[in-house]
Amino acid sequence: MGRVIVITSGKGGVGKTTTTANLGMALARMGRTVALIDADFGLRNLDLLLGLENRVVYTALDVLAGDCRLEQALVRDKRQPNLALLPAAQNRNKDAITPEQMRHLAGLLSEKFDYVLIDCPAGIEAGFKNAIAPAQEALLVTTPEIAAVRDADRVIGLLEAHGIRKIGLIVNRIRPQMVQSNHMMSVSDVQEILAIPLAGLVPDDERVIISTNRGEPLVLDTNLSLPGIAFQNIARRLEGEKVPFLDLDAPYNTLMGRLRRFFSR
Amino acid sequence: MPVLQAIRELFERWFPRSGGSRDEVKRRLQLVLAHDRADLTPEMLEKMRQDIVEVIGRYVEFDAEGMEFSLEMDERVTALIANVPIRRVRRELLES
Repeated sequence: MGRVIVITSGKGGVGKTTTTANLGMALARMGRTVALIDADFGLRNLDLLLGLENRVVYTALDVLAGDCRLEQALVRDKRQPNLALLPAAQNRNKDAITPEQMRHLAGLLSEKFDYVLIDCPAGIEAGFKNAIAPAQEALLVTTPEIAAVRDADRVIGLLEAHGIRKIGLIVNRIRPQMVQSNHMMSVSDVQEILAIPLAGLVPDDERVIISTNRGEPLVLDTNLSLPGIAFQNIARRLEGEKVPFLDLDAPYNTLMGRLRRFFSR
Repeated sequence: MPVLQAIRELFERWFPRSGGSRDEVKRRLQLVLAHDRADLTPEMLEKMRQDIVEVIGRYVEFDAEGMEFSLEMDERVTALIANVPIRRVRRELLES
């Protein structure tokens, strides 16, 4: 049975879908078979970030309605045959599917794939409840901003109430320069507040936008960018490897910078 | 470790950080999360404060102005902190 992991956040626009696409691709490149479920019915985007939008024929709803087999709905990635996407329906809303049906789909996929990653919609309503229903573990994406961290905290409570105890924190869009000038919470600030184990940290980077423009996840680059390395490291940690966290403060490692960090912990 | 803490405080005094918004955002977050996690409405909190004041008032005279009553948060545990400066113990109560 494969691992079923939900990628969630509470707040929208913090990088759930980007994280799902990159982790899925990174794990597939490491030789694992991966199925991605887009649980954002009505606002599907995962197909776009993967560059698979032109190949979507059937969706999860067609599978549930018996209009096609699961295999027919899965979009296999041509660049990476280990990766498959189960698209969400775009012309329906979040009530089109139930938590029970979601469990059914994830169950079928976890029989065939090493990993089933579920891209959760924003919010904590029906779509969120559907997305977390089949998950044994969660990756919580947040940014170092007050609203995102507050929503993340709420989501931790809901995940725990749902029996999901294994939750890893991903702090996305860090701007080291702003942390240095004391205008942004650091990764350890966020982690201290949310009090869950850190799964990874990703710097803010223009190349993330460029990669979404092209529909090519960052981890596909031959020369990995810093955010690409960050996502790849998270995938390696999921595989159980001990990978040190990126040191985004490296450019600021002057004597005074080091002293200040040491003393202001 | 108190020694390390003292050195850190000294360092902060010698080389104060430029007034960034980082400490402010942390403080605001901690306050709002303490409330979110406790799931107490401001009305409930106020009612609780009044009840506690009433009970304490039976035993001691205290400085109502200097009283602090707040929710604080450490790790994932929310604590209700009440700071009540006592003026005088009500002797009459002890003797009865």
